[in-house]
Amino acid sequence: METAIEVRDLVVVRGKREVLHGISALIPRGSVTGLLGPSGSGKTTLMRAIVGVQIVKSGTVTVLGDPAGTARLRRRVGYLTQAPSVYADLTVRENARYFASLYGLGAVEADRAVVDVGLGDAARQLVGTLSEGQRSRASLACALVSNPDVLILDEPTVGQDPVLRDELWARFNALAAQGSTLLVSSHVMDEAGRCGQLLLIREGRLIAEDTPDGIRAAAGVQDLDEAFLRLIRAQDRTATTADGGR
Amino acid sequence: MSPRILLSTTGRIVHQLRHDRRTLALMLAVPVLLLTVLYFMFQGDTPPPGIPSTFDRIGLIMLGIFPFVIMFLITSIAMLRERTTGTLERLLTTPLGKLDLLFGYGIAFGLMAAIQAAVAAAAAYWLFDLTTAGSTGLVIMIAIANAVLGVALGLFCSAFARTEFQAVQFMPVVVFPQILLCGLFVARDAMAGWLQAISDVLPMTYAVEALQEVGAHRDPTGAMWRDVAVVAGCVLVALVLAAATLRRRSG
Ligand SMILES: Nc1ncnc2c1ncn2[C@@H]1O[C@H](COP(=O)(O)OP(=O)(O)OP(=O)(O)O)[C@@H](O)[C@H]1O
Ligand SMILES: [Mg+2]
Repeated sequence: METAIEVRDLVVVRGKREVLHGISALIPRGSVTGLLGPSGSGKTTLMRAIVGVQIVKSGTVTVLGDPAGTARLRRRVGYLTQAPSVYADLTVRENARYFASLYGLGAVEADRAVVDVGLGDAARQLVGTLSEGQRSRASLACALVSNPDVLILDEPTVGQDPVLRDELWARFNALAAQGSTLLVSSHVMDEAGRCGQLLLIREGRLIAEDTPDGIRAAAGVQDLDEAFLRLIRAQDRTATTADGGR
Repeated sequence: MSPRILLSTTGRIVHQLRHDRRTLALMLAVPVLLLTVLYFMFQGDTPPPGIPSTFDRIGLIMLGIFPFVIMFLITSIAMLRERTTGTLERLLTTPLGKLDLLFGYGIAFGLMAAIQAAVAAAAAYWLFDLTTAGSTGLVIMIAIANAVLGVALGLFCSAFARTEFQAVQFMPVVVFPQILLCGLFVARDAMAGWLQAISDVLPMTYAVEALQEVGAHRDPTGAMWRDVAVVAGCVLVALVLAAATLRRRSG
């Protein structure tokens, strides 16, 4: 399968601490890849490096054949930040139309993106007056509007009800079927099953990179939640043994 | 830079202001109220014929100072909000160029300043009988140039503030010295040499001198155009410096 994103030996230092310790991963084109891991494990940092907004210490990140952050990629890569980043003093529609305009797109595409995230009825509402979950969907609409080749979505479904989450995941998979590459971070394991591929990251290290079925097989359980716990414990044991042998 | 993105960014900023009616109302009303106070302060003071009245002298300069101060503050806060809410980081991952954003602010707030200056000038000339030898149009033009200077300095200074508390502190640092030393309180040639030297490098000095030229001469003078050019140059320098503070990558 063709590779859309290639991360090689990525080391990132934030503040005074090294938070990614040499991550390597391949993300295939036309797929939804889930990025999972505990809070503080480095999911957002890895995504920032792929978008090209993170200063990296060493290693390379290549997106669609170009180094991450290259000017040319700005039309092709869409980024949803973890905290909603939309203008609170504009309406949902005005936000979507503004972000659409940056890509040379018009009101039609913008209004469609608003409807796609289920905010059709709130289109004329100021973002500042939206509920938390609505605001994060307004932010999502602004990332989807340009229909980019690569979509980096940092916890897009947080705070959404099960029906909406289901719809959003159906949309992500539809986008991938049309050839887009999606990297979606999440805390929620039941979402992991909807990904084509999973990256499990812990304390700045990649501990698994496989399909959901591959991970189930490796851990020997059906439940992904349980599978992750086992992988993490297995890794802890190897780490302790290694330390003990030193 | 792209004209399309510049235009939509300008439009976006104007839309944001339009949703904030109270800010708009304050922006237009406050200068007029302050001019009113100024007018009554100097009402009793009648200079001998041939000498401009105190209101003519100070009111004219105020028309240039209001837009500068207000636009400086509004821009610093607006830009700080772009940084703290993450919209700036997001914008910098899109095809938007740094200058699209900076000029967008310059144009949008420059337009607001034009309206503000027109309202304040209308009040000054019609209600309070402000008299200048030169034309009202030139006064408004200089007021707008000064507003854009405020915007440019605000864009630059906001890079050094992490919080709103810090951002408002730049007002006394950047704005007050310029007001004190621009020749409003003490004529520039009556200042100590070192104060004059500081005054010489502060851009507002030139805006005020340009206004004084319009006040004293019927036709635009060479000195006035030179002063306006200096202000415009400072705007460009501040915008370039502001662009340098916008980093696409951070730690
Ligand atoms: N600006 C920063 N300065 C210093 N350290 C930072 C900064 N941002 C993040 N960190 C640290 O880097 C590590 C990884 O953070 P990151 O935001 O990537 O985690 P995450 O996996 O996205 O967590 P969450 O699931 O809570 O969003 C954390 O230990 C965090 O404290
Ligand atoms: Mg995160």
